[in-house]
Amino acid sequence: MFEGFWTSQVVWNALLIGGAAAVLSGCIGVFTVLRGQSFAGHALADVSSAGGALSLLLGINPMLGFFGLGLLGALGLSGRRQGDGDLAAGILLGAGLGLTALLLHFAISLRNSTGAAAVVMFGSLFSAPPGAGALALGSALAGVVLLGVIHRPLLLSSLDAGLAAVRGVNIRLVAGVFLVLLALAVTLSAMAVGAILSTALLIGPAAAALRLTRRPGLACALAAGLGVFCAWGGVALAYASYGFTPGRVWPVSFFIVALVFCTYAAASLRRA
Amino acid sequence: MSMALEVSGLTVRLGGREVLRDVGFALAPGAFCGLIGANGSGKTTLLRTILGFETAAAGRVTRDGAVGYVPQKLELAPDMPVRARDLVALGLDGQRFGFSFPSARRRRVVAEMLEAVDLLGFADQRVGELSGGQLQRVLIAHALVSKPKLLLLDEPLANLDLRAAAEIVALLKRVAGQGVSVLISAHDMNPLLGAMHQLVYLANGRAASGRTEQVVRTEVLSELYGYHIDVIRVHGRILVVAGDGHVHAHDHEHVATIP
Ligand SMILES: Nc1ncnc2c1ncn2[C@@H]1O[C@H](COP(=O)(O)OP(=O)(O)OP(=O)(O)O)[C@@H](O)[C@H]1O
Ligand SMILES: [Mg+2]
Repeated sequence: MFEGFWTSQVVWNALLIGGAAAVLSGCIGVFTVLRGQSFAGHALADVSSAGGALSLLLGINPMLGFFGLGLLGALGLSGRRQGDGDLAAGILLGAGLGLTALLLHFAISLRNSTGAAAVVMFGSLFSAPPGAGALALGSALAGVVLLGVIHRPLLLSSLDAGLAAVRGVNIRLVAGVFLVLLALAVTLSAMAVGAILSTALLIGPAAAALRLTRRPGLACALAAGLGVFCAWGGVALAYASYGFTPGRVWPVSFFIVALVFCTYAAASLRRA
Repeated sequence: MSMALEVSGLTVRLGGREVLRDVGFALAPGAFCGLIGANGSGKTTLLRTILGFETAAAGRVTRDGAVGYVPQKLELAPDMPVRARDLVALGLDGQRFGFSFPSARRRRVVAEMLEAVDLLGFADQRVGELSGGQLQRVLIAHALVSKPKLLLLDEPLANLDLRAAAEIVALLKRVAGQGVSVLISAHDMNPLLGAMHQLVYLANGRAASGRTEQVVRTEVLSELYGYHIDVIRVHGRILVVAGDGHVHAHDHEHVATIP
């Protein structure tokens, strides 16, 4: 069932991208849940999908497209007050998906890339270009380091803006940097499991971790670990699925998201 | 002696309305001052202006040294992975960028602070799961751990029962005794009577300040409200009653509802 698993270049690439996406999304996800910005995360993923479609149309590196548009979305959301964040995210989400529809239409009709819609929306771990793994890993590490640098002001301003302001925290700066990190996390997740499913990798492991520990640092580490378990488990199951229905591999995104769901369900049975 | 806080001629407009007009008072080091007023009288606005969160249309705020702040409401999800000791530690260095590493000294300072607010036993509890009184104590510890000279508290007694309120007041009295000036807002002055050296009374956007017996008098409050107010003292409690022939419930809140 697993013969050739460890020697396959495609598998290694998938493990790298999936692992990188899971680590960054787990850490960022904890703060996303804390700040009540899950919907903003989902909206950024949908906006980034327009970038994914654009990269297929132009034939450029998908990561560039996903992140470029995600960053634009983050800029659009930053500076919003907490209260109207959901409204702005909702409008952004609609605009992003609309643009995706248009760009996918051109990508499919002009470039004959028939699978484009599935790739952008539901991910393409097994067909990621070689080298994408290393790029994903590098940017995930950079993201985790940046999160480490801002973690105290971020935690304090997530608890209460007034408490943070009294201590001299530049709340807008911290919130802006966090949105950029959020855009990076959903970009990586969108490349791994697709724009639509990236929220699962962002929120699921983080929500599970929040039930299992009371410590902020440990919550991030645990969310990253659970995310990696789901991503790698999903890759392995997809590889094995070649034997379920001979000759056909089931979508790896399905397995990853299913594992995320089971992880959260198991974690919600107990509470630290 | 230099004052810990001086406010003079302060006028604040919010959304086109004048919320505070020509407010002035000063706090000496170690002063325990009540900021008393009905709902909507501008207590939060005054505190936020002192903190620099709102800009004044006129007047000045002069602070000497660092300030600690306990906000009126803090909405905490019960799942938040932040323990009481984490919140107190954030009062020490929550503004700093960079990685943090466990330090024995930091841990000790935080534990001492939790001990001082009598909450060491709850150090590892999630902040979202603390009771109202416990959360107030943690917030006070958070505000005090960086050793400010001025402590501002916005209605810390609002949701507490009599006993919890008395305990918080006793704690704050000790804090003032150590030289920290305390400015605490409340809509009912009675729980503060035993501890307060001076008060600032807000009504109609204007303020009267001084010692309790100077300010809480029929003439002063009638002038502030613009109609007759009776001040009645019974059993060591002060009742402020609108003098329109009706005796209202013994609470300042009700005064403001009278047109
Ligand atoms: N951002 C704002 N824009 C316009 N008006 C405001 C704003 N914030 C407060 N106000 C008004 O200023 C007045 C004072 O409000 P403030 O919150 O300072 O009162 P408060 O004394 O703290 O009341 P409470 O006891 O209910 O907390 C109120 O009439 C309120 O409606
Ligand atoms: Mg208020």
